[in-house]
Amino acid sequence: MIAVVDYCKGNLKSVERGLQGVGADARITDDPRTIRKADAIVLPGVGSFADAARTMAETGQMDAIREAIAQGKPFLGICLGEHLLFAGGTEHAGSEGAVPGLGLIEGIADKMPATDAQGNSYKIPHVGWNSIEFVDAACPLFEGIPDGEYFYFTHSYCAPKSTATVATTTHSVTFPSVVQVGDRVFGVQFHPEKSSTAGAQVLANFVALAKSKTAR
Amino acid sequence: MLTKRVIPCMDVKDGRVVKGVNFVNLRDAGDPIELAQRYDEQKADEVIFLDITATSDGRATTIDMASRASEELHLPYCVGGGFRSVADIRTMIAAGADKVSVNSAAIADPSLITAAATAFGTQAILCAIDAKQVPGNPNKWEVFVAGGRKNTGIDAIEWATEAAKRGAGEILLTSMDRDGSKDGFDLALTRAVARAVPIPVIASGGVGKLEHFAEGVIEGEADAVLAASVFHFGELTIRQVKEYMASQGIPVRL
Repeated sequence: MIAVVDYCKGNLKSVERGLQGVGADARITDDPRTIRKADAIVLPGVGSFADAARTMAETGQMDAIREAIAQGKPFLGICLGEHLLFAGGTEHAGSEGAVPGLGLIEGIADKMPATDAQGNSYKIPHVGWNSIEFVDAACPLFEGIPDGEYFYFTHSYCAPKSTATVATTTHSVTFPSVVQVGDRVFGVQFHPEKSSTAGAQVLANFVALAKSKTAR
Repeated sequence: MLTKRVIPCMDVKDGRVVKGVNFVNLRDAGDPIELAQRYDEQKADEVIFLDITATSDGRATTIDMASRASEELHLPYCVGGGFRSVADIRTMIAAGADKVSVNSAAIADPSLITAAATAFGTQAILCAIDAKQVPGNPNKWEVFVAGGRKNTGIDAIEWATEAAKRGAGEILLTSMDRDGSKDGFDLALTRAVARAVPIPVIASGGVGKLEHFAEGVIEGEADAVLAASVFHFGELTIRQVKEYMASQGIPVRL
């Protein structure tokens, strides 16, 4: 069973159905016990970093996810779920500056700038279909997906550069659109559940990986 | 590079597509989900369902449609029309809509945008603006409501700027002068709004031929282009439009 973590009572049906559509037994849950029992975890992106991180810490979801990852269970963070893999994030953090995340990757997720290094203006939020460029083409999540494939993005904050970057995307800045820790923990800035056939392929690859790691 | 989006818009009443759809090989031409799936196959970048339902029963049907869409569509979709309160928007987002568009209710009470953006995030709130050129003044447009029948006297550029400040994530800009004309977008209006706001602008109203889509992006500086009848009647396919835009040097997802 793949747990789709619901930390904000948000609508996660499209993520759940996206996973079910590629053969997974996916279940939306906010219960840390269900998260602990799951074979793999998907953390979708709804709301702001600070609200999500605080709620997850209070409900025990954060600890349950950390434990599951430490036990070697496959994990996929989507959009804000990618940011939550990092040490912290500034979105809605207020006077705290940054609120702690799962802390698996160094760095702080922060607001995307509205201008690039040359001073050209860009529209924020970054909304629409943009391409990903692989830094490390061997990522199992992207098996069968060509370099330069398009995915659907919608966000105003992005993850920082780190050694975990697998692919990048460029808007006002070049940011990590895919990150990976070890061989089974991933984060993607785009929405695979909204990215047509290419997105379904990413979800199918994750489900296949989850099944193979469970069987072992 | 971020591509420019091509967005088909469907008018939906009581959960059914209205305003005549003549699309080849559809089992049910009135089913908004099936139509949207065909557009997905043609690589539409997202779809907008504009709810023109007047009754509360019909409204419930539209909410059911949004719920089905979240299960069956694999592309982003926006539902517009008839939202009066944060509670109305919450119902639609809970049903599964990725975005909602607000129009006259936000003009009546601009704090609706602030409250909705705080509750659901900037990316979920589109501000739809229906604008008409002020006669005798080619560089001034005013906001109309009630389907273009009522002039609010509000300056369209000022309103777009305020909507963005209040947290709208995109502007859906329709020229009432051009809507249904097939004469092309109001490029001066589109450019004026696109330059005034830091958020993406979707150009709408007036598309009749391939060239109009490219003009909307190149001269109008729009981030996305919307059309309805040219797609529904099968006059143009999304693919044709995108291939033409690509031939004009516009980045698109083919």
